[in-house]
Amino acid sequence: MVTSPALRVNGLRKAYGDVVAVAGLDFEVGSGECFGLLGPNGAGKTTTLEICEGLLAADSGTVEVLGRTWDSAPDELRELLGIQLQETQLSEKLTVDETLTLFQSFYRNARSLSEVIDVVELGEKRSARVGALSGGQKQRLAVACALVGNPQILFLDEPTTGLDPQSRRQMWDLVSQFQADGKTIVLTTHYMEEAERLCDRVAIVDHGRVIAEGTPNALIDAVDLTHLPPPEPRKTHATLEDVFVSLTGRTLRDE
Amino acid sequence: MREPDAVFWTFVFPIILAAGLGLAFRQRGPDRAHVGVIAEHSSPLTESLSGDSSIIVQSLGDSAGALALRTGKVALLVMPTAKPDSVRYVYDPARSDAVTARLLVDRALQAGAGRTNPVRTTDSFVTEAGSRYIDFLVPGLLGMNLMGASIWGLGFAIVTARSKKLLKRLMATPMSRAQYLLSFLISRLVFLVFEVITLLGFGHYVFGVPLRGSLITLALIAIVSAVSFGGLGLLTASRAKTIEAAQGIMNFVMMPMWILSGVFFSAANFPDAIQPVIRLLPLTAVNDALRANMLEGASLAAVSPQLLIIAAWGVLTFFAALKLFRWR
Repeated sequence: MVTSPALRVNGLRKAYGDVVAVAGLDFEVGSGECFGLLGPNGAGKTTTLEICEGLLAADSGTVEVLGRTWDSAPDELRELLGIQLQETQLSEKLTVDETLTLFQSFYRNARSLSEVIDVVELGEKRSARVGALSGGQKQRLAVACALVGNPQILFLDEPTTGLDPQSRRQMWDLVSQFQADGKTIVLTTHYMEEAERLCDRVAIVDHGRVIAEGTPNALIDAVDLTHLPPPEPRKTHATLEDVFVSLTGRTLRDE
Repeated sequence: MREPDAVFWTFVFPIILAAGLGLAFRQRGPDRAHVGVIAEHSSPLTESLSGDSSIIVQSLGDSAGALALRTGKVALLVMPTAKPDSVRYVYDPARSDAVTARLLVDRALQAGAGRTNPVRTTDSFVTEAGSRYIDFLVPGLLGMNLMGASIWGLGFAIVTARSKKLLKRLMATPMSRAQYLLSFLISRLVFLVFEVITLLGFGHYVFGVPLRGSLITLALIAIVSAVSFGGLGLLTASRAKTIEAAQGIMNFVMMPMWILSGVFFSAANFPDAIQPVIRLLPLTAVNDALRANMLEGASLAAVSPQLLIIAAWGVLTFFAALKLFRWR
C-alpha cells in the first residue's frame, strides 16, 4: 500500500533460553500509519517492540526502520525514534522541566521544551518533581520524553495501561496529533476500544506469531458471530474485542 | 541536596565518628599502673607502693585478687611469700601495661628497700600534635569516606537506574554512554570538594590534626583516589540488577579494606605474610598517602608509589567495568 514502509519486520525470532518469545514474526507499517500490536500477556509484543527499538538483538530475521537497520545506522536511528517503555520509572527527584531538558540534550534536532510541554498538557507541572505526579501525568511525561527528540516514528508500549478514562483520552489525543503531522506510530495495547479508535491497522499476535492482520473494520467483519463462545453470540454486531477473544481464546494468561 | 539521608551519611556521619573516637582516645594524663596486693589489711608493702604517684594500689584477698587480675581491673598482683623481704609478681607478660606495672612496682619496692641509682637521670616531656590517635584516625576516616562515597554514590545511582529501567530508556536515545558514566565521576568530584573540606576542617580546627604537607598534593591524592574508587564503584555496579545484590557486592568489596587497610588501626598489625597483599589494596595506598602527606609533610614524589597503585586500580577497574557493564 505504501511504497517505502516506515517499519518492516521479516521472519523475526527471539528466544530467552527455552522460552520462545517471538517465533517468526512479519509485518509492515506504512509511513504515516498508526499500527497496533494486540495480544495477550506474554504474546511477544514487548520483545518485538524492543527489537524494533534497537534495545534487543533478534536471534534471526530482519528489522528495517525508516529504511535503515540497527547494524548499519544505530546512531542515526536513535535520533529518529521516540520511544516509551512499559516499565521505565524516571528519576523522582528531578522536576518535569529537568527531566525533559535532560532528554532534550541527547538529540541534535530537538524540539523546544515549552512546545512539548504544551502538547502533553503539563504546563502547570513544569517545576513539580516527577515523584509528585499522578500516574497519567507520569505517563504523559514519558511520552513527552519520547517526543522531545522530534522523532519520525513513535513506539508506545501499552501507553494507557492503568490510566483513568480521562488520562486515556488525553493520551489518544496526543497520538492523533502526532499522526496528524504525518508521522508513524507503533503501539501495543490490551484495550480493543483503544485499538479501534487509534489504529489504522492492527496485528493480533499470539505465541510470538501474527495470527491476524488488517484494519479494525475488516477484522470485525470477518468474525463469524455464531462461532463466538457464549454469551457473545446474542450480539447483533461484533467488536474488535470479539475478534480478539475468538482468535486468542478465553483462557487467562499469566505473564 | 534532594536526598537529606545521603547528606547525613556523607557529611555528618564521618564527623560524628571522628568526634566520638577523638574523645574516647583523647590525651589523658600519664597512665597509672593498677596493682593489687594480696594482703588482708594495709601492710608495709602497700604503704611503700602507695607512696609512688605512678601506681594505684589496692589490697585484695586471694580470690578477689585473682578475679581482679582476670578481669583486667589490676594489671599486676603482688604476693608476699613465706620468706621475709621477698615478693612474687603475678601478671600476663603479653600485656604491655602489666609489664610496665611490674617495672614500676619493682622500682618502687627496691627504692623503698634502699636501692640507690648510680646514674642520675632527668626527663623532659613532649606532646606533639601528629602522634596522637586522632591524628592517625582522621586521614584514615578521610580515606574510608573517599572509598565509601565513590562506591556507594556511583553504585546505587547506577543500579537504581538499571532496576527502574531508566538505563534501558536512556539507551534508546542518542546519548553517549561514555559521557553518561563520566557524568557520575564528575558529580563525585564536585561533592568530593565539600566532603574533604568538611572532614579535614573539622579535624584541623577541633582536634588540631596537622596538615603538614602541601595542600595541592593532598587535593591531588583525594581526586585521584575518588576517581579510582569511582572505577571500583562502576565495576561493583556493572552487573547487579537489584539494589540488594549491589549492596552485597559493595560490602564484599569494601569490608576487607575497612579491616585491613589501616582505617582505625595500623595495617602493620597484620602478619608479615599478608603485608604485600595489604600494601596493594587501594584503600591502604590512599590511607598511607594521606597520612604521609598530612602527618609527615611528605612531598608529591614521596607519595608517588601510592598514587601509582591508586591510579592503576582506577584504570583496571574502569576498563573491566566497561567490558562487563550491563546497560539493560
